[in-house]
Amino acid sequence: MGSDIMIETTGLTKKYKNQTAVDHLSFKVKKGQIFGFLGPNGAGKTTTILMLLGLSRPSAGDARVCNLDPLRRPRDVKCLVGYLPENGGFYGDLDAVQSLEYVASLNGIQKHRASEKTHELLELVGLSGEKRKKVSAFSRGMKQRLGFAEVLIKDPKILFLDEPTLGLDPDGALRLMELIESLNRDRDITVLLSSHNLHQVQKISHSVGIMINGRMVAEGSIASLAEEKFGVGEKEYTLEEVYMKYFREV
Amino acid sequence: MRGLCAVYRKELCDHFSSYRFIVLFALIAMVSFITSYMAGMHLRENLGGLSRTKFPFLMLFSTPGALFSMVQFVAFFGPLIGLVLGFDSINRERAHGTLIKLISQPIYRDAVINGKFLAAVATISIMLISIVLVISGFGLAIVGVVPGIDEIWRLLIYLVISIFYISFWLGVSMLFSIFFRNIATSALASVALWIFLSFFVSLGADVVANAVAPVGNQREIRPENARVKDMVSLCSPMVLYSNATATIIDPMRKTTRSITLMGPAEQILASRFQNPLRLGQSVIVVFPYMTALIALTLVCFAISYFVFMLQEIRT
Repeated sequence: MGSDIMIETTGLTKKYKNQTAVDHLSFKVKKGQIFGFLGPNGAGKTTTILMLLGLSRPSAGDARVCNLDPLRRPRDVKCLVGYLPENGGFYGDLDAVQSLEYVASLNGIQKHRASEKTHELLELVGLSGEKRKKVSAFSRGMKQRLGFAEVLIKDPKILFLDEPTLGLDPDGALRLMELIESLNRDRDITVLLSSHNLHQVQKISHSVGIMINGRMVAEGSIASLAEEKFGVGEKEYTLEEVYMKYFREV
Repeated sequence: MRGLCAVYRKELCDHFSSYRFIVLFALIAMVSFITSYMAGMHLRENLGGLSRTKFPFLMLFSTPGALFSMVQFVAFFGPLIGLVLGFDSINRERAHGTLIKLISQPIYRDAVINGKFLAAVATISIMLISIVLVISGFGLAIVGVVPGIDEIWRLLIYLVISIFYISFWLGVSMLFSIFFRNIATSALASVALWIFLSFFVSLGADVVANAVAPVGNQREIRPENARVKDMVSLCSPMVLYSNATATIIDPMRKTTRSITLMGPAEQILASRFQNPLRLGQSVIVVFPYMTALIALTLVCFAISYFVFMLQEIRT
Protein backbone atom coordinates (compact mmCIF):
# COMPACT_ATOMS: atom_id res chain seq x y z
CA MET A 1 0.00 0.00 0.00
CA GLY A 2 1.36 3.39 -0.99
CA SER A 3 -0.03 5.20 2.01
CA ASP A 4 2.31 3.22 4.21
CA ILE A 5 5.03 5.78 3.47
CA MET A 6 4.45 8.93 5.53
CA ILE A 7 7.45 10.98 4.45
CA GLU A 8 9.23 10.62 1.15
CA THR A 9 11.75 12.82 -0.56
CA THR A 10 13.37 12.31 -3.94
CA GLY A 11 16.39 14.32 -4.95
CA LEU A 12 15.44 17.12 -2.57
CA THR A 13 17.92 19.97 -2.95
CA LYS A 14 18.17 23.39 -1.38
CA LYS A 15 20.79 25.83 -2.58
CA TYR A 16 21.52 29.16 -0.99
CA LYS A 17 23.60 31.74 -2.78
CA ASN A 18 26.97 30.11 -2.43
CA GLN A 19 26.33 26.81 -0.73
CA THR A 20 24.20 23.76 -0.96
CA ALA A 21 22.38 23.13 2.29
CA VAL A 22 20.61 19.97 1.18
CA ASP A 23 22.05 17.94 -1.64
CA HIS A 24 19.83 15.46 -3.52
CA LEU A 25 18.32 14.02 -0.41
CA SER A 26 16.18 10.93 -0.81
CA PHE A 27 14.71 9.04 2.09
CA LYS A 28 11.49 7.44 3.28
CA VAL A 29 9.82 7.13 6.62
CA LYS A 30 7.17 4.46 7.10
CA LYS A 31 3.99 4.91 9.05
CA GLY A 32 4.28 4.37 12.78
CA GLN A 33 8.04 4.64 12.85
CA ILE A 34 10.33 6.76 14.94
CA PHE A 35 12.98 7.94 12.53
CA GLY A 36 16.18 9.20 14.13
CA PHE A 37 17.36 12.08 11.98
CA LEU A 38 21.04 12.45 12.88
CA GLY A 39 23.87 14.61 11.76
CA PRO A 40 26.24 17.32 12.87
CA ASN A 41 25.14 20.92 13.29
CA GLY A 42 24.63 22.62 9.96
CA ALA A 43 24.16 19.35 8.09
CA GLY A 44 20.83 20.57 6.68
CA LYS A 45 18.41 18.80 8.99
CA THR A 46 16.38 21.89 9.85
CA THR A 47 16.34 23.00 6.22
CA THR A 48 14.99 19.58 5.26
CA ILE A 49 12.26 19.84 7.87
CA LEU A 50 11.31 23.32 6.64
CA MET A 51 11.02 22.01 3.10
CA LEU A 52 8.86 19.13 4.30
CA LEU A 53 6.55 21.67 5.92
CA GLY A 54 6.38 23.84 2.82
CA LEU A 55 8.00 26.74 4.67
CA SER A 56 11.01 26.70 2.40
CA ARG A 57 11.00 26.21 -1.33
CA PRO A 58 13.29 23.43 -2.59
CA SER A 59 15.70 24.36 -5.38
CA ALA A 60 15.10 20.95 -6.93
CA GLY A 61 13.55 17.62 -6.12
CA ASP A 62 10.33 16.56 -4.59
CA ALA A 63 8.91 16.03 -1.14
CA ARG A 64 5.78 14.17 -0.07
CA VAL A 65 4.23 14.18 3.35
CA CYS A 66 1.24 11.84 3.71
CA ASN A 67 1.20 11.79 -0.09
CA LEU A 68 0.71 15.55 -0.16
CA ASP A 69 3.05 18.01 -1.81
CA PRO A 70 3.97 20.51 0.92
CA LEU A 71 4.70 23.15 -1.67
CA ARG A 72 1.24 22.99 -3.20
CA ARG A 73 -0.84 22.19 -0.17
CA PRO A 74 1.09 23.58 2.79
CA ARG A 75 -2.03 24.08 4.86
CA ASP A 76 -3.15 20.47 4.59
CA VAL A 77 0.34 19.28 5.42
CA LYS A 78 0.52 21.59 8.42
CA CYS A 79 -2.80 20.22 9.63
CA LEU A 80 -1.28 16.74 9.82
CA VAL A 81 2.19 17.64 11.03
CA GLY A 82 3.17 18.98 14.41
CA TYR A 83 6.50 20.79 14.31
CA LEU A 84 8.53 21.53 17.41
CA PRO A 85 11.28 23.92 16.27
CA GLU A 86 14.74 23.85 17.78
CA ASN A 87 14.62 27.22 19.47
CA GLY A 88 10.91 27.80 19.43
CA GLY A 89 9.74 30.60 21.63
CA PHE A 90 6.65 31.43 23.62
CA TYR A 91 4.56 34.46 24.34
CA GLY A 92 5.89 35.26 27.77
CA ASP A 93 2.86 37.23 28.85
CA LEU A 94 0.44 34.35 28.32
CA ASP A 95 -0.03 31.50 30.74
CA ALA A 96 0.07 27.82 29.81
CA VAL A 97 -3.67 27.55 29.17
CA GLN A 98 -3.78 30.73 27.08
CA SER A 99 -0.81 29.60 25.00
CA LEU A 100 -2.47 26.30 24.21
CA GLU A 101 -5.81 27.92 23.48
CA TYR A 102 -4.16 30.33 21.05
CA VAL A 103 -2.57 27.43 19.17
CA ALA A 104 -5.93 25.66 19.23
CA SER A 105 -7.66 28.69 17.73
CA LEU A 106 -5.01 28.86 15.00
CA ASN A 107 -5.87 25.25 14.24
CA GLY A 108 -9.55 26.05 14.08
CA ILE A 109 -10.48 23.94 17.09
CA GLN A 110 -13.81 24.88 18.63
CA LYS A 111 -13.63 26.72 21.91
CA HIS A 112 -15.17 24.14 24.24
CA ARG A 113 -13.23 21.35 22.59
CA ALA A 114 -10.05 23.40 22.91
CA SER A 115 -10.34 23.92 26.66
CA GLU A 116 -11.06 20.22 27.09
CA LYS A 117 -7.98 19.27 25.11
CA THR A 118 -5.87 21.90 26.83
CA HIS A 119 -6.45 20.37 30.23
CA GLU A 120 -6.00 16.87 28.90
CA LEU A 121 -2.66 17.74 27.32
CA LEU A 122 -1.36 19.70 30.29
CA GLU A 123 -2.08 16.60 32.32
CA LEU A 124 -0.22 14.46 29.79
CA VAL A 125 2.94 16.59 29.79
CA GLY A 126 2.79 17.08 33.54
CA LEU A 127 2.06 20.79 33.68
CA SER A 128 -1.40 20.69 35.22
CA GLY A 129 0.02 22.25 38.39
CA GLU A 130 1.26 25.30 36.49
CA LYS A 131 -1.83 26.05 34.41
CA ARG A 132 -2.10 29.69 35.34
CA LYS A 133 1.57 30.55 35.59
CA LYS A 134 3.00 32.94 33.03
CA VAL A 135 5.22 31.21 30.47
CA SER A 136 8.01 33.74 31.10
CA ALA A 137 8.39 32.21 34.56
CA PHE A 138 8.73 28.68 33.18
CA SER A 139 11.98 26.74 33.32
CA ARG A 140 13.50 25.38 30.15
CA GLY A 141 12.12 21.91 30.81
CA MET A 142 8.63 23.23 31.46
CA LYS A 143 8.75 25.31 28.28
CA GLN A 144 9.79 22.28 26.28
CA ARG A 145 6.90 20.28 27.70
CA LEU A 146 4.50 23.12 26.94
CA GLY A 147 5.87 23.22 23.39
CA PHE A 148 5.12 19.54 23.18
CA ALA A 149 1.54 20.08 24.28
CA GLU A 150 1.17 22.86 21.67
CA VAL A 151 2.31 20.47 18.98
CA LEU A 152 -0.09 17.74 20.10
CA ILE A 153 -3.22 19.87 20.29
CA LYS A 154 -3.97 19.41 16.61
CA ASP A 155 -3.89 15.61 16.89
CA PRO A 156 -1.00 15.28 14.43
CA LYS A 157 -0.31 12.18 12.35
CA ILE A 158 3.37 13.09 12.15
CA LEU A 159 5.70 14.88 14.52
CA PHE A 160 8.81 16.77 13.42
CA LEU A 161 10.91 17.20 16.52
CA ASP A 162 14.01 19.32 16.11
CA GLU A 163 16.33 18.79 19.07
CA PRO A 164 13.56 18.33 21.61
CA THR A 165 15.95 17.43 24.42
CA LEU A 166 18.41 20.27 23.85
CA GLY A 167 19.34 21.88 27.14
CA LEU A 168 17.20 19.59 29.25
CA ASP A 169 18.48 17.85 32.36
CA PRO A 170 19.02 14.08 32.03
CA ASP A 171 15.82 13.27 33.85
CA GLY A 172 13.78 15.70 31.77
CA ALA A 173 15.31 14.39 28.55
CA LEU A 174 14.56 10.82 29.54
CA ARG A 175 10.95 11.61 30.37
CA LEU A 176 10.49 13.48 27.10
CA MET A 177 11.84 10.51 25.18
CA GLU A 178 9.50 8.20 27.04
CA LEU A 179 6.62 10.49 26.16
CA ILE A 180 7.62 10.38 22.49
CA GLU A 181 7.78 6.62 22.61
CA SER A 182 4.39 6.30 24.25
CA LEU A 183 2.79 8.68 21.73
CA ASN A 184 4.25 6.63 18.93
CA ARG A 185 3.02 3.40 20.48
CA ASP A 186 -0.42 4.45 21.66
CA ARG A 187 -1.50 6.96 19.05
CA ASP A 188 0.42 5.55 16.10
CA ILE A 189 2.15 8.86 15.45
CA THR A 190 5.08 8.80 13.06
CA VAL A 191 8.03 10.73 14.45
CA LEU A 192 10.94 12.41 12.70
CA LEU A 193 13.33 12.95 15.58
CA SER A 194 16.39 15.07 15.12
CA SER A 195 18.69 14.83 18.09
CA HIS A 196 22.28 14.68 19.22
CA ASN A 197 21.36 12.54 22.17
CA LEU A 198 22.40 9.33 20.40
CA HIS A 199 21.96 7.11 23.39
CA GLN A 200 18.30 8.04 23.70
CA VAL A 201 17.74 7.88 19.96
CA GLN A 202 19.11 4.37 19.89
CA LYS A 203 16.66 3.31 22.56
CA ILE A 204 13.50 4.51 20.91
CA SER A 205 14.01 4.82 17.17
CA HIS A 206 13.11 2.12 14.66
CA SER A 207 15.42 3.40 11.99
CA VAL A 208 17.91 6.21 11.59
CA GLY A 209 19.32 8.38 8.86
CA ILE A 210 22.68 10.08 9.12
CA MET A 211 22.98 13.33 7.26
CA ILE A 212 26.33 14.98 6.71
CA ASN A 213 26.94 18.06 4.57
CA GLY A 214 23.48 17.93 3.06
CA ARG A 215 23.67 14.27 2.03
CA MET A 216 22.14 11.23 3.62
CA VAL A 217 25.20 9.02 4.10
CA ALA A 218 23.38 6.17 5.78
CA GLU A 219 19.81 5.10 6.24
CA GLY A 220 18.26 2.04 7.82
CA SER A 221 17.83 0.28 11.11
CA ILE A 222 20.65 0.63 13.60
CA ALA A 223 21.37 -3.09 13.32
CA SER A 224 21.80 -2.92 9.58
CA LEU A 225 24.05 0.13 9.80
CA ALA A 226 26.22 -1.54 12.41
CA GLU A 227 26.43 -4.61 10.28
CA GLU A 228 27.41 -2.60 7.27
CA LYS A 229 30.21 -0.82 9.07
CA PHE A 230 31.44 -3.44 11.46
CA GLY A 231 30.04 -6.63 10.12
CA VAL A 232 28.36 -7.54 13.38
CA GLY A 233 25.01 -7.02 15.06
CA GLU A 234 23.67 -4.07 16.86
CA LYS A 235 24.32 -5.52 20.27
CA GLU A 236 28.05 -5.09 19.93
CA TYR A 237 28.11 -1.47 18.89
CA THR A 238 26.28 1.59 20.08
CA LEU A 239 24.74 4.07 17.71
CA GLU A 240 27.37 6.52 18.84
CA GLU A 241 30.17 4.32 17.53
CA VAL A 242 28.39 3.76 14.26
CA TYR A 243 27.73 7.48 13.90
CA MET A 244 31.33 8.41 14.60
CA LYS A 245 32.54 5.90 12.07
CA TYR A 246 30.35 7.45 9.36
CA PHE A 247 31.32 10.91 10.44
CA ARG A 248 35.04 10.24 10.18
CA GLU A 249 34.74 8.69 6.76
CA VAL A 250 33.21 11.78 5.18
CA MET B 1 -10.12 33.15 7.71
CA ARG B 2 -9.85 31.35 11.03
CA GLY B 3 -6.13 32.04 11.21
CA LEU B 4 -6.75 35.70 10.48
CA CYS B 5 -9.39 35.91 13.21
CA ALA B 6 -7.19 34.16 15.75
CA VAL B 7 -4.18 36.40 15.04
CA TYR B 8 -6.40 39.48 14.99
CA ARG B 9 -7.95 38.71 18.36
CA LYS B 10 -4.61 37.92 19.95
CA GLU B 11 -2.99 41.11 18.62
CA LEU B 12 -5.90 43.31 19.62
CA CYS B 13 -5.78 41.83 23.09
CA ASP B 14 -2.02 42.45 23.23
CA HIS B 15 -2.41 46.07 22.15
CA PHE B 16 -5.03 46.91 24.69
CA SER B 17 -3.21 45.27 27.55
CA SER B 18 0.20 46.73 26.71
CA TYR B 19 1.64 49.58 28.74
CA ARG B 20 2.82 51.38 25.67
CA PHE B 21 -0.72 51.68 24.41
CA ILE B 22 -2.00 52.93 27.75
CA VAL B 23 0.78 55.54 28.02
CA LEU B 24 0.30 56.67 24.45
CA PHE B 25 -3.44 56.86 24.79
CA ALA B 26 -3.21 58.80 28.03
CA LEU B 27 -0.77 61.25 26.47
CA ILE B 28 -2.82 61.84 23.35
CA ALA B 29 -6.11 62.04 25.21
CA MET B 30 -4.62 64.57 27.60
CA VAL B 31 -3.14 66.78 24.89
CA SER B 32 -6.26 66.75 22.73
CA PHE B 33 -8.33 67.46 25.79
CA ILE B 34 -6.23 70.50 26.66
CA THR B 35 -6.17 71.84 23.11
CA SER B 36 -9.89 71.53 22.68
CA TYR B 37 -10.44 73.12 26.07
CA MET B 38 -8.28 76.06 25.01
CA ALA B 39 -10.10 76.23 21.70
CA GLY B 40 -13.41 76.12 23.51
CA MET B 41 -12.51 78.97 25.82
CA HIS B 42 -11.19 80.94 22.88
CA LEU B 43 -14.39 80.37 20.95
CA ARG B 44 -16.57 81.44 23.82
CA GLU B 45 -14.73 84.73 24.06
CA ASN B 46 -14.63 85.48 20.38
CA LEU B 47 -18.01 84.26 19.27
CA GLY B 48 -19.87 85.69 22.23
CA GLY B 49 -21.36 88.69 20.41
CA LEU B 50 -22.08 87.07 17.07
CA SER B 51 -25.62 86.14 16.25
CA ARG B 52 -24.93 83.64 13.49
CA THR B 53 -21.66 81.83 13.64
CA LYS B 54 -20.61 79.39 10.98
CA PHE B 55 -19.71 75.88 12.04
CA PRO B 56 -18.70 76.71 15.60
CA PHE B 57 -18.57 73.04 16.43
CA LEU B 58 -15.81 72.22 13.96
CA MET B 59 -13.80 75.11 15.32
CA LEU B 60 -13.29 73.06 18.47
CA PHE B 61 -11.00 70.91 16.37
CA SER B 62 -9.51 73.46 14.02
CA THR B 63 -8.95 76.57 16.14
CA PRO B 64 -5.52 76.83 17.66
CA GLY B 65 -6.24 77.67 21.27
CA ALA B 66 -2.85 78.36 22.74
CA LEU B 67 -0.31 76.50 20.64
CA PHE B 68 -1.92 74.27 18.09
CA SER B 69 -5.30 72.85 17.18
CA MET B 70 -6.41 69.29 17.63
CA VAL B 71 -6.13 68.76 13.86
CA GLN B 72 -2.55 70.02 13.81
CA PHE B 73 -1.73 67.85 16.78
CA VAL B 74 -2.92 64.71 15.01
CA ALA B 75 -0.95 65.74 11.91
CA PHE B 76 2.22 66.14 13.95
CA PHE B 77 2.02 63.33 16.46
CA GLY B 78 -0.53 60.94 15.02
CA PRO B 79 2.23 59.14 13.09
CA LEU B 80 3.82 58.29 16.40
CA ILE B 81 0.80 56.14 17.26
CA GLY B 82 1.25 54.18 14.05
CA LEU B 83 4.98 53.81 14.58
CA VAL B 84 4.66 52.68 18.17
CA LEU B 85 2.03 50.09 17.32
CA GLY B 86 3.99 48.61 14.43
CA PHE B 87 7.73 48.93 14.83
CA ASP B 88 8.23 45.53 16.48
CA SER B 89 5.26 43.61 15.16
CA ILE B 90 7.17 41.05 13.09
CA ASN B 91 10.72 41.17 14.39
CA ARG B 92 9.65 40.73 18.00
CA GLU B 93 8.04 37.44 17.06
CA ARG B 94 11.16 36.54 15.14
CA ALA B 95 13.42 37.41 18.07
CA HIS B 96 11.32 35.38 20.48
CA GLY B 97 11.14 32.42 18.12
CA THR B 98 7.36 32.50 17.94
CA LEU B 99 7.12 33.39 14.26
CA ILE B 100 8.27 29.99 13.05
CA LYS B 101 5.74 28.35 15.36
CA LEU B 102 3.01 30.63 14.11
CA ILE B 103 3.61 29.89 10.45
CA SER B 104 4.00 26.17 11.05
CA GLN B 105 0.35 26.16 12.12
CA PRO B 106 -2.21 25.42 9.41
CA ILE B 107 -2.87 29.06 8.51
CA TYR B 108 -1.98 31.03 5.42
CA ARG B 109 1.10 33.07 5.95
CA ASP B 110 -0.65 36.30 5.06
CA ALA B 111 -3.02 35.76 7.98
CA VAL B 112 -0.15 36.76 10.25
CA ILE B 113 0.55 40.10 8.62
CA ASN B 114 -3.08 40.87 7.79
CA GLY B 115 -4.19 40.06 11.32
CA LYS B 116 -1.48 42.24 12.82
CA PHE B 117 -2.20 45.14 10.50
CA LEU B 118 -5.96 44.97 10.99
CA ALA B 119 -5.63 44.72 14.76
CA ALA B 120 -3.42 47.81 14.84
CA VAL B 121 -5.79 49.69 12.51
CA ALA B 122 -8.67 48.74 14.80
CA THR B 123 -6.70 50.02 17.78
CA ILE B 124 -5.98 53.30 15.99
CA SER B 125 -9.63 53.67 15.00
CA ILE B 126 -10.90 53.05 18.50
CA MET B 127 -8.37 55.52 19.86
CA LEU B 128 -9.24 58.31 17.44
CA ILE B 129 -12.98 57.81 17.53
CA SER B 130 -13.09 57.83 21.29
CA ILE B 131 -10.97 60.98 21.48
CA VAL B 132 -13.14 62.79 18.94
CA LEU B 133 -16.26 61.72 20.81
CA VAL B 134 -14.87 62.88 24.14
CA ILE B 135 -13.89 66.25 22.70
CA SER B 136 -17.30 66.60 21.10
CA GLY B 137 -19.03 65.97 24.38
CA PHE B 138 -16.66 68.32 26.10
CA GLY B 139 -17.33 70.97 23.47
CA LEU B 140 -21.07 70.63 23.95
CA ALA B 141 -20.56 71.48 27.57
CA ILE B 142 -18.14 74.40 27.09
CA VAL B 143 -19.39 76.10 23.96
CA GLY B 144 -22.96 74.99 24.22
CA VAL B 145 -23.54 74.36 20.53
CA VAL B 146 -24.99 71.26 18.95
CA PRO B 147 -23.32 69.92 15.81
CA GLY B 148 -25.39 69.97 12.66
CA ILE B 149 -25.66 66.98 10.37
CA ASP B 150 -23.16 68.56 8.01
CA GLU B 151 -20.61 68.88 10.79
CA ILE B 152 -21.06 65.27 11.82
CA TRP B 153 -20.38 64.14 8.26
CA ARG B 154 -17.30 66.31 8.11
CA LEU B 155 -16.01 64.83 11.35
CA LEU B 156 -16.61 61.32 10.01
CA ILE B 157 -14.66 62.04 6.84
CA TYR B 158 -11.94 63.63 8.92
CA LEU B 159 -11.76 60.49 11.05
CA VAL B 160 -11.47 58.22 8.03
CA ILE B 161 -8.66 60.31 6.54
CA SER B 162 -6.88 60.41 9.89
CA ILE B 163 -7.12 56.65 10.29
CA PHE B 164 -5.60 56.18 6.85
CA TYR B 165 -2.87 58.69 7.66
CA ILE B 166 -1.88 56.94 10.86
CA SER B 167 -2.20 53.55 9.15
CA PHE B 168 0.30 54.72 6.57
CA TRP B 169 2.85 55.16 9.34
CA LEU B 170 1.80 51.84 10.79
CA GLY B 171 2.54 50.28 7.40
CA VAL B 172 5.95 51.97 7.29
CA SER B 173 6.92 50.71 10.72
CA MET B 174 5.66 47.20 9.92
CA LEU B 175 7.73 47.22 6.75
CA PHE B 176 10.79 48.12 8.80
CA SER B 177 9.97 45.43 11.32
CA ILE B 178 10.03 42.93 8.48
CA PHE B 179 13.25 44.29 6.96
CA PHE B 180 15.26 44.69 10.14
CA ARG B 181 15.85 41.78 12.46
CA ASN B 182 16.75 44.07 15.31
CA ILE B 183 13.88 45.76 17.13
CA ALA B 184 15.90 48.87 18.02
CA THR B 185 16.98 49.31 14.40
CA SER B 186 13.44 49.23 13.09
CA ALA B 187 12.27 51.65 15.79
CA LEU B 188 15.05 54.11 14.99
CA ALA B 189 14.62 53.77 11.25
CA SER B 190 10.89 54.46 11.40
CA VAL B 191 11.31 57.44 13.73
CA ALA B 192 14.07 58.80 11.50
CA LEU B 193 11.88 58.52 8.42
CA TRP B 194 9.02 60.18 10.28
CA ILE B 195 11.16 63.13 11.37
CA PHE B 196 12.64 63.47 7.91
CA LEU B 197 9.36 63.40 6.04
CA SER B 198 7.44 65.49 8.53
CA PHE B 199 9.91 68.20 9.43
CA PHE B 200 12.77 68.32 6.98
CA VAL B 201 10.93 68.03 3.71
CA SER B 202 9.39 71.47 4.18
CA LEU B 203 12.86 72.93 4.75
CA GLY B 204 14.10 71.08 1.69
CA ALA B 205 11.16 72.39 -0.29
CA ASP B 206 12.34 75.96 0.33
CA VAL B 207 15.83 75.13 -0.78
CA VAL B 208 14.71 73.37 -3.94
CA ALA B 209 12.23 76.10 -4.81
CA ASN B 210 14.84 78.81 -4.41
CA ALA B 211 17.28 76.87 -6.51
CA VAL B 212 14.81 76.24 -9.33
CA ALA B 213 13.13 79.64 -9.31
CA PRO B 214 15.13 82.14 -7.30
CA VAL B 215 13.25 85.02 -5.75
CA GLY B 216 15.16 88.30 -6.01
CA ASN B 217 13.84 90.46 -3.22
CA GLN B 218 11.27 89.76 -0.55
CA ARG B 219 8.51 91.70 -2.25
CA GLU B 220 8.69 89.86 -5.51
CA ILE B 221 6.13 87.10 -6.02
CA ARG B 222 7.03 84.28 -8.32
CA PRO B 223 4.37 81.64 -8.90
CA GLU B 224 6.96 79.09 -10.06
CA ASN B 225 8.73 79.34 -6.76
CA ALA B 226 5.52 78.68 -4.84
CA ARG B 227 4.56 75.89 -7.23
CA VAL B 228 7.85 74.04 -6.84
CA LYS B 229 7.66 74.48 -3.10
CA ASP B 230 4.17 73.00 -3.04
CA MET B 231 5.23 70.10 -5.19
CA VAL B 232 8.24 69.18 -3.09
CA SER B 233 6.45 69.56 0.20
CA LEU B 234 3.75 67.16 -1.00
CA CYS B 235 6.36 64.41 -0.59
CA SER B 236 5.64 64.74 3.09
CA PRO B 237 2.62 62.70 4.18
CA MET B 238 2.01 65.33 6.83
CA VAL B 239 1.49 68.02 4.21
CA LEU B 240 -0.64 65.63 2.22
CA TYR B 241 -2.75 64.94 5.26
CA SER B 242 -3.04 68.61 6.21
CA ASN B 243 -4.19 69.40 2.69
CA ALA B 244 -6.59 66.47 2.64
CA THR B 245 -8.31 67.57 5.83
CA ALA B 246 -8.04 71.33 5.23
CA THR B 247 -11.38 72.05 3.59
CA ILE B 248 -13.12 69.17 5.32
CA ILE B 249 -12.60 70.42 8.84
CA ASP B 250 -12.67 74.11 7.90
CA PRO B 251 -15.60 74.80 5.54
CA MET B 252 -14.56 78.44 5.17
CA ARG B 253 -11.49 77.42 3.25
CA LYS B 254 -12.08 77.11 -0.43
CA THR B 255 -8.77 75.88 -1.66
CA THR B 256 -5.58 74.31 -0.40
CA ARG B 257 -3.43 76.46 -2.66
CA SER B 258 -1.60 79.54 -1.51
CA ILE B 259 -2.84 82.90 -2.75
CA THR B 260 0.16 83.40 -5.02
CA LEU B 261 -0.88 80.46 -7.14
CA MET B 262 -4.41 81.67 -7.75
CA GLY B 263 -5.44 83.35 -10.91
CA PRO B 264 -6.84 86.89 -10.66
CA ALA B 265 -10.45 85.76 -11.00
CA GLU B 266 -10.02 83.17 -8.29
CA GLN B 267 -8.52 85.77 -5.98
CA ILE B 268 -11.51 88.01 -6.44
CA LEU B 269 -13.86 85.09 -5.85
CA ALA B 270 -12.05 84.12 -2.70
CA SER B 271 -12.24 87.61 -1.29
CA ARG B 272 -15.82 88.40 -2.39
CA PHE B 273 -17.72 85.33 -1.37
CA GLN B 274 -17.40 84.61 2.30
CA ASN B 275 -19.87 81.77 2.57
CA PRO B 276 -18.70 78.28 3.51
CA LEU B 277 -18.40 75.54 0.92
CA ARG B 278 -20.96 72.78 0.87
CA LEU B 279 -19.74 69.37 1.99
CA GLY B 280 -19.67 67.93 -1.52
CA GLN B 281 -17.66 70.87 -2.80
CA SER B 282 -15.23 70.62 0.10
CA VAL B 283 -14.65 66.97 -0.68
CA ILE B 284 -14.02 67.73 -4.34
CA VAL B 285 -11.37 70.30 -3.45
CA VAL B 286 -9.31 67.84 -1.40
CA PHE B 287 -10.18 64.70 -3.31
CA PRO B 288 -6.74 64.34 -4.96
CA TYR B 289 -5.01 64.54 -1.60
CA MET B 290 -7.38 62.05 -0.04
CA THR B 291 -6.90 59.48 -2.78
CA ALA B 292 -3.13 60.01 -2.76
CA LEU B 293 -3.00 59.42 0.99
CA ILE B 294 -5.14 56.29 0.78
CA ALA B 295 -3.11 54.98 -2.14
CA LEU B 296 0.11 55.62 -0.25
CA THR B 297 -1.19 53.64 2.72
CA LEU B 298 -2.26 50.73 0.56
CA VAL B 299 0.99 50.68 -1.42
CA CYS B 300 3.00 50.71 1.80
CA PHE B 301 1.05 47.78 3.18
CA ALA B 302 1.28 45.92 -0.12
CA ILE B 303 5.09 46.20 -0.07
CA SER B 304 5.21 44.82 3.49
CA TYR B 305 2.88 42.04 2.43
CA PHE B 306 5.00 40.92 -0.48
CA VAL B 307 8.29 41.19 1.37
CA PHE B 308 6.85 39.12 4.19
CA MET B 309 5.34 36.51 1.89
CA LEU B 310 8.59 36.00 -0.02
CA GLN B 311 10.90 36.02 2.97
CA GLU B 312 12.29 32.76 4.24
CA ILE B 313 11.57 32.31 7.91
CA ARG B 314 13.84 30.00 9.85
CA THR B 315 13.55 31.22 13.39
